[in-house]
Amino acid sequence: MHSSLLVFKNFLYLKISTVLVSICIIAYVIHEPLGKPNGGTWLGYTLGIISLLLIIWLAWYGIRKRSYGSGKLVLEDWASAHVYLGIALLIIATLHSGFQFGLNIHTLAYIFMIIVVSSGLFGLYAYMRYPKLRTINRGEASVGDVWELVASMSSECLVIAQDLNDEVYSLVEESDKKTILGGSLLRQLSGVDKNCISTRALEKISKLAENFTGDEADSARKLVTVMARKVELLNRIRKDIKYKAWLDVWLYVHIPFTVALIVALVIHILVVFLYW
Amino acid sequence: MAENYKIAIIGSGPCGMSAGGRAAELGVSHIVIEKADHLSDTIFKFQKGKHVMATPDVLPLRSSMDFSIGIREDILEKWNQQTKDLGVNIRFNSEVTEIKGEQGKFTIQLKSGEEIYAEYIVLGIGLQGNLRKVGVPGSDWDKVQYQLDDPDEYEAENIVVIGAGDAAIENAVALSKNNNVFIVNRRGEFARAKDGNIKLIEKAIDDNQIICFYNSNPKFIEPGKLTLETSDGEAEVKCDRIIARLGAIPPRKFVESCGIEFPNKDPASLPELSPIYESNKKGIFIVGALAGFPLIKQSMNQGYEVIEFIQGNKIKPADEPLLEEKFNSILTEGNNIDSLISYIRKQVPILSGLTGLQLREFLLDSTIHVPNEDDIIFKRNDYTNSFYMIVDGGVKIIIDENNTDNTVSLSSGEFFGEIGLIAGRRRSATIFASQQSILIESPRRTMIKLINSVDSVQKTMNEVALVRQLRTYLSPNLTNEALAPVLETAEIKNYKPGQILFTEGDDEDGVYLIRKGSVTVSRKIGGREIVIAYVPAGHYVGEMALLNNQKRNATIKAAINTEVIWMDGERFRGLLDTSDELRADVEKKLLSRLVEGESMHNRPDAGNIIEFLVAQGVGEATDILLIDENLCVGCNNCEKACAETHDGISRLNREAGPTYNAVHVPTSCRHCEHPHCMSDCPADSIHRSVNGEVFIDDKCIGCGNCERNCPYGVIHMAAEAPKKPGLLSWLLFGSGPGPGENKQWNKDHSNEGARKKAVKCDMCKDLDGGASCVRACPTGAAIRVSPENFFSLSELAGRN
Repeated sequence: MHSSLLVFKNFLYLKISTVLVSICIIAYVIHEPLGKPNGGTWLGYTLGIISLLLIIWLAWYGIRKRSYGSGKLVLEDWASAHVYLGIALLIIATLHSGFQFGLNIHTLAYIFMIIVVSSGLFGLYAYMRYPKLRTINRGEASVGDVWELVASMSSECLVIAQDLNDEVYSLVEESDKKTILGGSLLRQLSGVDKNCISTRALEKISKLAENFTGDEADSARKLVTVMARKVELLNRIRKDIKYKAWLDVWLYVHIPFTVALIVALVIHILVVFLYW
Repeated sequence: MAENYKIAIIGSGPCGMSAGGRAAELGVSHIVIEKADHLSDTIFKFQKGKHVMATPDVLPLRSSMDFSIGIREDILEKWNQQTKDLGVNIRFNSEVTEIKGEQGKFTIQLKSGEEIYAEYIVLGIGLQGNLRKVGVPGSDWDKVQYQLDDPDEYEAENIVVIGAGDAAIENAVALSKNNNVFIVNRRGEFARAKDGNIKLIEKAIDDNQIICFYNSNPKFIEPGKLTLETSDGEAEVKCDRIIARLGAIPPRKFVESCGIEFPNKDPASLPELSPIYESNKKGIFIVGALAGFPLIKQSMNQGYEVIEFIQGNKIKPADEPLLEEKFNSILTEGNNIDSLISYIRKQVPILSGLTGLQLREFLLDSTIHVPNEDDIIFKRNDYTNSFYMIVDGGVKIIIDENNTDNTVSLSSGEFFGEIGLIAGRRRSATIFASQQSILIESPRRTMIKLINSVDSVQKTMNEVALVRQLRTYLSPNLTNEALAPVLETAEIKNYKPGQILFTEGDDEDGVYLIRKGSVTVSRKIGGREIVIAYVPAGHYVGEMALLNNQKRNATIKAAINTEVIWMDGERFRGLLDTSDELRADVEKKLLSRLVEGESMHNRPDAGNIIEFLVAQGVGEATDILLIDENLCVGCNNCEKACAETHDGISRLNREAGPTYNAVHVPTSCRHCEHPHCMSDCPADSIHRSVNGEVFIDDKCIGCGNCERNCPYGVIHMAAEAPKKPGLLSWLLFGSGPGPGENKQWNKDHSNEGARKKAVKCDMCKDLDGGASCVRACPTGAAIRVSPENFFSLSELAGRN
């Protein structure tokens, strides 16, 4: 049945990556270069070429992902390989550097590579963690249902509030019109809105309701119940937005830095050959 | 001076008009007499903008006038133009009151008192001129009407619609948009109408858009008020208008007064005719609905033909060239279509109960095969569902795939393929020709129509199918003698979804072999009903209590519409004694069921998941898309892939649909065993491919029946998406939707007036790698499950 991309094909790509990395490490250990280990030895070049090929292939994933319906390959296959070979790249490229770092374009390319791979690792962590949290948070409702539910609760509140005084009504109206879901990236990632209009309206209405009597008290109780339900739902939606934001945010690092990495890489290679 | 013509055509409906057209074309002296002041009153009275169908599709149109599928207004306009162009002599506003005289000199009396003389008469008066009336006191109120031209004419009225047929339902639903509508149904349910219409009206009633009086009849009418006789006594309905749509019957009195006889007293019966449409009264010919041909195309052909017949031309039926093409491989100089058709009728008993016309139409839909010895007809596990009849020669059925020499022979007159037809599942055996043969292959839809309309076919099918199904599903080696006692008392029983076959704790009452549909097995565990297994067609239930001599230890419930073969317990036990193979098989299944039952006992979650999935239509699915919410990152790549591979329109809505225990069933086609969408497609454009995919072809006319009939909401009507721009022109100029952008683009650029067609999942049957939604899922959250895996659905629950 369902299997996650980590265990895909019984860890095939983990095995391949492990073999690849092991060979590289063994070669690095037994290799005795002239001077310090560096990118200029035959092993250095070999590791560099492997890294280069890996980077090109890994970046190709973005294109492969969008070539829908062509070929027989399954995207999960690619995704699984992308993850394990990406991790392998981290090690192989480090060996290629021979642990020589400086204030130059070569180290810059290396840093970009580190950023890309680590953002990818974070993405992997997000992919493993957040879907489950999202499912639990959402319960059995689908996203469309939830929005409709908020809308219907809002109009229900407005109807009930018509029986109450203007102050309450304007609070309810404000909560209907000015409640914000989403918003800035930081707010999305935090998953909470400390200034949530609806939450504040609920607090104020609860306080005002203490002084109501008779029919008004009845309506107020009803209103507070529905408002509380709405606030609870809003918080759940905010959580859902939060999880979704964490699922997406790493891509805003991963993709631009991949482009930057490729540019730096081209310069790195040109520089190496020009200033041999 | 009275007018004198060779042919007088009474009625200007499709048949009369077409007859007039042909007569005008041939230059025969003729007159078309029409009661109304316009052509074809029946079509004229169709609801405005109604889609007029041109069935049967295979039948070619033979008329001097044109007709094809289209909107009422377009069709009428074309006919008006063409009758003018052809110079058809039509006399409007003329009602015929009497026909006297004999062939050669008929006198036609008009209501105005005028007389018309004619040598021959063509009666094309149809039935719609004789609508059934409400017929209760007060029904002469001027707001009682028998037709509805334009539902938008009425607003904010209380309207009562009387009737339960298609016309009544269509009127009621259309009126309910702007009015308060009541519908009066004589019976307790809507059964006479088309499936799509039944669903429409039931939904409208559920949504309180229309109020229905079931089991009710009008008693009397006063202006502004209708009194009904209901099962709970009298009921009064205040109304501004009453629309009665009670159908039409032959105008018997008038027809009989012309000297034409009816075969019996049934008010719906029609006069008997010769092959050239002549009635028992020499010189009077009858065409169209009164002749038993209610379809427009058939009627128009008849109108044309009847003029030819009167002129003495012995023309062949319009379908003759098509049949000749079909029979090409077996036509020789020594035979012709007629002799071949009578040969088929003689050779294939199942078809002997059909009338000549029924058989012709049936053969038009079918294919003739002439396989050589050892040619394979179909293979086991193919997903075809056509039906085969052997006209000549014979075939062999491989009953044991491991030993292909183990076969059963069928010879001329016998048929095969009915098991797949009934169960809607894959072929259960491979069949090949044992010698050079002639076979007729009929599509599922044609066969179902035949089974439903000809009783003898249904009876023969059931008898033969029963034996075959027992052999197929129990053991292929059972002898006729061994089966005889079981067959004697075996019964076919039908169950509706949710209906119980038997309940835990009941006494044993026999074995149930499921031949169509599927059931769930549940048990009371800790006071709750927990589903422990799902059993599809081709398997039996109820054997456990029988073998153990116990009471029932589980409850069996139909998951969908289900048909079972019920077998008496004692006789089934007797059958077991005749076959060690069967006994061993039953024992094996029983043991595995015991094990499964025990393991489910401790995992009620798994049972709940089965129950949830069954509720989502897995019970009748052959393939279903499931998303594991714990893996899904919501990237929508599945939807994008679907749109990209299907002309820019996704057939999948990932977010919509229910979720249970992290198993999400998105809105996507389940490729049902008996697809609801197929049941009422006027253009016959929904098919099932060999691999099982249900798809819609280019013939779709956009009527929306399939969308309404699908209980899972997976079909929608969509306008054609714009062409994809090249990558550069998209990148630089933003022309058209880029990769994966279809959804938003289609939303932003929707065109209300665009012609829409039905779209649904076809499981990417034209792509090599399989469903693109599943292939495009980067995390492995989306999978498609086929029936082979339904049994292990419980794994779903255990996977976390």
